[in-house]
Amino acid sequence: MARLKGKNKIRDLLSGYSFMAPTIIILGCFLLLPIGYAIYLSFHKVNLLGTVSYKFTGTANFERMVDDPRLWIALRNTVKYALIVVPAQTILSLVLASILNMKLRYRNFFRVAFYLPTVTSSAVLVLIFMWIYNSNGLLNYILESFGLPTYNWLGDPSVALLGIMIMNIWSTAPLFMVIYLAALQDIPENLYEAADIDGANGWQKFWRITVPQLKPVTFYVVVMGIIGTFQLFDQSYIFSAGSGGPNNATLTMVLLIYQYAFKSMDMGYASALAFLLAVVIMLITLIQRLIFKEERLN
Amino acid sequence: MRSINRFRPLFYVLLSVYALVTFIPFLWALSASFKSLPEIVSGGIHFIPKHFTLDNYQTIFKQEPMFSRWFMNSAFIAISVTVFNLLFNSMAGYALARIRFPGSTLMFYSILAMIMIPGQLTIIPSYLIIKELGWLNSYQAIIVPMAAQATYIFMMRQFFISFPKELEEAAELDGLGRFGLFFKVVLPLAKPALAAQTIFIFMGAWNEFLKPLMLMSDKSMFTLSVGLNTFKGQYISFWNYIMAASIIMTIPALLIYIFFNRFFVQGITFTGTK
Repeated sequence: MARLKGKNKIRDLLSGYSFMAPTIIILGCFLLLPIGYAIYLSFHKVNLLGTVSYKFTGTANFERMVDDPRLWIALRNTVKYALIVVPAQTILSLVLASILNMKLRYRNFFRVAFYLPTVTSSAVLVLIFMWIYNSNGLLNYILESFGLPTYNWLGDPSVALLGIMIMNIWSTAPLFMVIYLAALQDIPENLYEAADIDGANGWQKFWRITVPQLKPVTFYVVVMGIIGTFQLFDQSYIFSAGSGGPNNATLTMVLLIYQYAFKSMDMGYASALAFLLAVVIMLITLIQRLIFKEERLN
Repeated sequence: MRSINRFRPLFYVLLSVYALVTFIPFLWALSASFKSLPEIVSGGIHFIPKHFTLDNYQTIFKQEPMFSRWFMNSAFIAISVTVFNLLFNSMAGYALARIRFPGSTLMFYSILAMIMIPGQLTIIPSYLIIKELGWLNSYQAIIVPMAAQATYIFMMRQFFISFPKELEEAAELDGLGRFGLFFKVVLPLAKPALAAQTIFIFMGAWNEFLKPLMLMSDKSMFTLSVGLNTFKGQYISFWNYIMAASIIMTIPALLIYIFFNRFFVQGITFTGTK
């Protein structure tokens, strides 16, 4: 019997590792190894000409950030972006989800339709919006017909970022809407029934039951929204043809990292920036998980 | 419920307005793709083309001989990535859920930790590793690093853990080994989870922009997303061509979405609340 058990153990060991083998190789080579490599690169100056060579520079890459004006521009853009996009998409997705959660007809049609932007590639979305934004394009036509001022959306630094914001609110709100929809279905029905007996109207029920019950999900949506703004790349890159222009108005953190790494070939400094960005994102995620867990325990 | 009834028309109006907001950019793009350049330049705002034409679609394939190549590159990469992920993620998820072996707990927690690592951290070192391997401008440069993904390994593990054990035990009595069991019994029963994975992985690979941008410098190896971007640079203000190309890129993802739509919500709520 003992021998049989031992044999089973060996069989499990073999089959376990053969099932895991592709994952171990792929994630090991292209996720674990790069993480260590990224930290290594952050403390070195990398020379890419000929054979790659590294020179240890200590914390020089990190010290350099303080005096990097473009980094501060990218950070300012990210903050501006987050302050408008995150609240707007959170409210929009909550409102859409709440309406869809009522027992209305055709709700499935609306849900499927609203989700459409989320499945479209960012490259395509940016091109469609650039076509709408061009000087004599659809948006200016609509603004004009309402007697509102028109803008050079693609070339004017004061509105270029706003153009990307509008597009992003439009394309990410549906994703969060689906998350809200799922959470809405988990709210116990008897809370609403009790409120009905107390004579609460729909509006009161929304503010007193729905919104508080959704607090953990809202927290999640906000955090994901903030992380998303830190990770913005495709949109700015395509919009500005890789420059972050006009006049750095659409420069984002990841675009900055890309430019340092692949335009100035300064991989050490770019890695240090990426390292810092990753630490910030992971801290935000971690805080969210901790608070989320507490919420669930309460 | 009386209050809802009173406001019902208002809610329908709101939903319809937002549906319009969602559709208009797509319709406007679709309309431009069937218009001639003079009609586009003249600037009138009408969604139905005055002179309906398919020229734009023909021209992009003729004038940009690489366009069909980019389409094939995207398709090949997206399909390969999807197939590998379905297989590898399920194998890993199954092992973590069902097989006890030394190191399995450590691996499980490593996978959980990897989900939290933002992709930006590994962009530059991955580029250098792929360059060192001599893989720049090759399909494997994109396919191999994307062939297994921690998020979906976790998803499959959760799926298999809530899976009834009895079926597997019965099959084991019939003398099927671990591999036979996995491929003949477990995988066929995992279809809903595989469908949810298919959508997200295919879309992710099909729409990927940064990776091909940095790994493919040879024009013949571009994917559609990167090709589309250079196309825009070349044909600037030829919005009729750019929109036709955009529509072509949207169709495959759209078909997958319509086809697998019912698995969508399931998948999002999973990745959203993990």
